[in-house]
Amino acid sequence: MSADRQHALRIDRLAFAWAKPDARAWTLRLPHLTLPVGTRAFLHGPSGSGKSTLLGLIGGVLLPNTGRVQVLGRDLAALSTAARDRFRADHLGIIFQQFNLLPYLSVLDNALLPCRFSARRRARIAGRGCKPQHEAQRLLRRLDLSAEHWTRPVAQLSIGQQQRVAAARALLGNPALILADEPTAALDVDRQQAFLDLLLAECQRSHAALLFVSHDLRLADRFDRVWSLPQLMAPPT
Amino acid sequence: MVAAAADGAADLSSAAIISLTARSLGNRKLTALLTVLAIALSVMLLLGVERLRAQARASFAHTIAGTDLIVGARSGTIPLLLYSVFRIGDATNTISWDSYKAVAAHPRVAWTAPISLGDSHRGYRVVGTTTAFFEHYRYGRRQALELDRGQRFDGVFEAVIGADVARELRYRVGQTITVAHGVGEVALRAHDDKPFTVVGILRPTGTPVDRSIHVSLAAIEAIHLNWQAGAPVPGLTISPEQVAKFSLQPKEITAVLVGLTSRIATFEVQRFVNDYDREPLLAILPGATLHALWDMLGMVEQVLLAVSVLVLLVSILGMVAILLNSLNERRRELAILRSVGARPADIVMLVVGESLLLALLGIAVGLLLLYLLLLIAQPLLLSHAGLAIDITMPSGHELLLLALVVLAATLAGLIPAYRAYRYSLADGLIIRV
Repeated sequence: MSADRQHALRIDRLAFAWAKPDARAWTLRLPHLTLPVGTRAFLHGPSGSGKSTLLGLIGGVLLPNTGRVQVLGRDLAALSTAARDRFRADHLGIIFQQFNLLPYLSVLDNALLPCRFSARRRARIAGRGCKPQHEAQRLLRRLDLSAEHWTRPVAQLSIGQQQRVAAARALLGNPALILADEPTAALDVDRQQAFLDLLLAECQRSHAALLFVSHDLRLADRFDRVWSLPQLMAPPT
Repeated sequence: MVAAAADGAADLSSAAIISLTARSLGNRKLTALLTVLAIALSVMLLLGVERLRAQARASFAHTIAGTDLIVGARSGTIPLLLYSVFRIGDATNTISWDSYKAVAAHPRVAWTAPISLGDSHRGYRVVGTTTAFFEHYRYGRRQALELDRGQRFDGVFEAVIGADVARELRYRVGQTITVAHGVGEVALRAHDDKPFTVVGILRPTGTPVDRSIHVSLAAIEAIHLNWQAGAPVPGLTISPEQVAKFSLQPKEITAVLVGLTSRIATFEVQRFVNDYDREPLLAILPGATLHALWDMLGMVEQVLLAVSVLVLLVSILGMVAILLNSLNERRRELAILRSVGARPADIVMLVVGESLLLALLGIAVGLLLLYLLLLIAQPLLLSHAGLAIDITMPSGHELLLLALVVLAATLAGLIPAYRAYRYSLADGLIIRV
């Protein structure tokens, strides 16, 4: 079983239940799913179809009852709890629907949060002869947040600005996989496109794979792959 | 190599959590401030009670020093101490002058100061004694009585008053006072035919001496010349001028303070007094009896301590309630931290760290308040109660109490921390708020 480094994400015969596993009560069954390094996938499905559960499984905070979730060729279930937390800090960038930021940190400190927990991310930035501080500033600038925003309290930012800070945080230190859980749901329609433009451009620039979860199919044509979660899931047996 | 990297990551994450704890708490300033204040006040109360207890005990134990034995008529050891030193209650019996002479003549006895009680002036006890009392009475750390003004009594109708008497009655040297028979404020038979002159005022001592009026034994004898069985003999008056014609040799006294040539002789002389066969006498060791008395009063200090410990527990419980309450709002914060790589252990540290920080801040503010209060109270206690309190660094015992406060707060912090841990496992990256 050689490590599959071709895929940012690979899922095989996954089954997960919140309650006691019972063949009829699977919350999520996924026979097969792969996301090659550097590609962008759009995942949609109705509320309650298990999108958030899937993100929890990929993030390593939930473990499958059966089957395997591999991120960058690593089987998350095979890692210890501490190693899983570290792995997530090193290789995953996560953007929530809203309220991504800690209210008591400045914009810059919010963006720098992953570097506080991941030595690997710090090392990657250092490998490019750069400091985390400067790298965060560069990302914020690219995401259209100029220096005047960096020291402002988070509460004074618009939702769109907050989501862009969250994107900068997810991208800082080049994690291989970005998970975005309906990051545009709280934005106006015209702001959604602008945010998506910036996010896609930065993912491409840092060669990160992106799993973008949304129920808004109007955004889907910007992605390499479009998945419907109900279709991916095996019919209940 | 991998392990080293992991350790490095762990170190940094701890540092990250500590700074995040402080900033997260800063974000909830008002509740944090109130919690700190509640802990500070209870810490102040706990240490204040502890200090007052220690000071009161020391002050109490220092009421009399340098006196090896107190001799009185046979009664209980504590009643003898109460009336001879604290001027509380009355002697049930007196001792004869002959018995006094016998005690004073014992070869191991270095000095004696006889005391005769039973009269008063406006609620203050009048103590008949000799100048040996001023010579040998010691209090505190073996301090001698000192005159603030005037001199010791020399003539029969001269009095030396304590500092409280002088201050509260606004008496000065040269003032004339009359003495009443018995103790109490009103309806007493007055010895108003024989007034006294204040010749000296003592410095404050913080002991019952401050509330006493000292006259000679001869004076006590003189004011009772025309008295019999506790009442004036009708029709018989003896003016102060005529007093000199009578023998003023006392026939009986109330108690004797005794100093010995050597402490080793204490039990020998005590046995001599207790076995004295002409009259039933009792000799007590003032130090030992003071401790016995304090232990009887010890209940009060235990209750005070218990109350302040309870107040502290209440404020720690309040802190736990506030932390638990805030957790619900903070689930999102915890999930964000998890998403950027914080471990469940980090989440626990974040919450326990909060209660630790609150406790430490509370202690710091509490100590500050305590010393501020002591600085304000010190001169007031000295001038009004004669209680000298030292402002010292926290004692070992107090530091132990503070360490227990920190421990209790940290243990209490485990309750919300466990809840946060459960949240962070259950919520994962999914924020359902």
